Amino acid sequence: MSDNDPERPAAAHPEGDAAAAPSAATVPSAAAASSAAAASSAATASSDAALADEAAAVPGAVAAAGKRPLVHRHHWLVRVTHWANAVLLAGMIGSGLQIYNAFGHFGPRGGPYYPNPFDGKPFPLKVRLGGWLAGGLNWHFALAWPFVLTGAAYLLYMAISGEWRSLLFRPRDVPRAIAMQLYYLRLRKQHPPQGKHNALQKGAYTFILLLGVISVLSGFAVYKPAQLSWLTALFGGYELARYWHFWAVFLFLAFTLVHVTLVLVVDPASLRAMITGWYRGRFPSHD
Amino acid sequence: MTDRRLSRRDLFRLGLAAGPASLLASCGWDGGPHLGPKLHAISKVNDWVGEKLFLSADRLAPQYPRSQRTAPRDFPAYSISHPLPVVADPAAWAFEVKGLVAQPQRLTLAMIQALPRVTYTVKHHCVEGWTAIATWAGAPLASVIALAQPTAAARFIRFDSFDHGYFNGWDLKSAMHPQTILAYAWNDRPLTPAHGAPLRLYAPIKLGYKLTKFLTAMTFTAEQPGGYWENQGYPWLGGV
Repeated sequence: MSDNDPERPAAAHPEGDAAAAPSAATVPSAAAASSAAAASSAATASSDAALADEAAAVPGAVAAAGKRPLVHRHHWLVRVTHWANAVLLAGMIGSGLQIYNAFGHFGPRGGPYYPNPFDGKPFPLKVRLGGWLAGGLNWHFALAWPFVLTGAAYLLYMAISGEWRSLLFRPRDVPRAIAMQLYYLRLRKQHPPQGKHNALQKGAYTFILLLGVISVLSGFAVYKPAQLSWLTALFGGYELARYWHFWAVFLFLAFTLVHVTLVLVVDPASLRAMITGWYRGRFPSHD
Repeated sequence: MTDRRLSRRDLFRLGLAAGPASLLASCGWDGGPHLGPKLHAISKVNDWVGEKLFLSADRLAPQYPRSQRTAPRDFPAYSISHPLPVVADPAAWAFEVKGLVAQPQRLTLAMIQALPRVTYTVKHHCVEGWTAIATWAGAPLASVIALAQPTAAARFIRFDSFDHGYFNGWDLKSAMHPQTILAYAWNDRPLTPAHGAPLRLYAPIKLGYKLTKFLTAMTFTAEQPGGYWENQGYPWLGGV
């Protein structure tokens, strides 16, 4: 059932949009530039799933009419930092929940405590890392450095390469995001033109990067509330900094759930792209 | 064809599941005999960063109005000994300053109270994550250090207590900080046994477990002295 699903919505997708046409530079074949448009017509024929698959199975195959083009989507630095941060973030969350267990409230001793559905409830062993408070602290502080460094390397790459333009959500993306939402709600027939990411994706990825930055800053605010008292004050004081630091966990988890679900359901080929860098899927025009 | 496509996708899903699964298998893991010591080594790097980059010799921790003090009954007081350790003969109690010093000292409480007095209302940060505000008063540790005149070889201080062998090691930079005191008063009253009577170490720039209660002696050393909790895995510097 899910097998042919990716084909059907593709038919409605304006792969041939001039605004969204792929640049020849990103397609590793001279013949491929023209094939993007062909790919969309091929995709409308829902019976050729096997055919498209055949093409994907031939390494380095020249994209020909009826086959999806192979495009290079992610720089190695993006791929390495993406997976490194996925693993590091899991460790940060596990050790963070271990630390939380030592005092499961937010607010000064004696209260009042800030609203928290987990108030006074310890997290079970299977989601914790470290075994006890000191173990959790040591994991948390050991993983924090590579987490910050990979994040910084990624942001630096985005800034220097100019890639930030395809990812950063800016004010002009607001109407585009609304148009995209209307399209998803089937209140708009035509897929809004887009670059590498649509406006809603830009919003999601900008949000998660911002969340990463806020997590790191609130982490330092909790780590050194006396030496960095100005930073701690920016978050509303130590207790609130710890509170925001904790809530970031659940925003990360919610994002990851939606992110992974969309990858698997809407565009599984993007998973390969994040591993190898190469993309051969439904949305080649976005590269 | 369709079967192969499914299996390839399944492989993707398996790969996706493998990451979280391997993490799950490691839950509650302190690193084991191989990674555990490495984590502790990284903790020493963090101690270095904490002392050299974050810790300022004279930046003061924020102070609070007395009206923001935590209700005394809500201020936790931990000790290793149960019941609370109490000095049998307060008149016989004295605080020794020894080790790598030119002038070893044996100070009575009256002598310490005769030194300059520092009073502040500050936030106490426990490693567990709770905070509590109280007013503390005592003699600047720097004034006691000045009396003892540590030698050039002295790089650390070991603080000992009569609380079942509880002790802490400190760096000299934190010890010389103007808000680091030998405290004898808590919330405008003489220190109670729960908070370390007759004398305890206090500073708003360190976590609570670094603030040795029930003091008996301080010893200047060349080697890093460790500490009761620190030797069990807690960060040694414990700076906030």
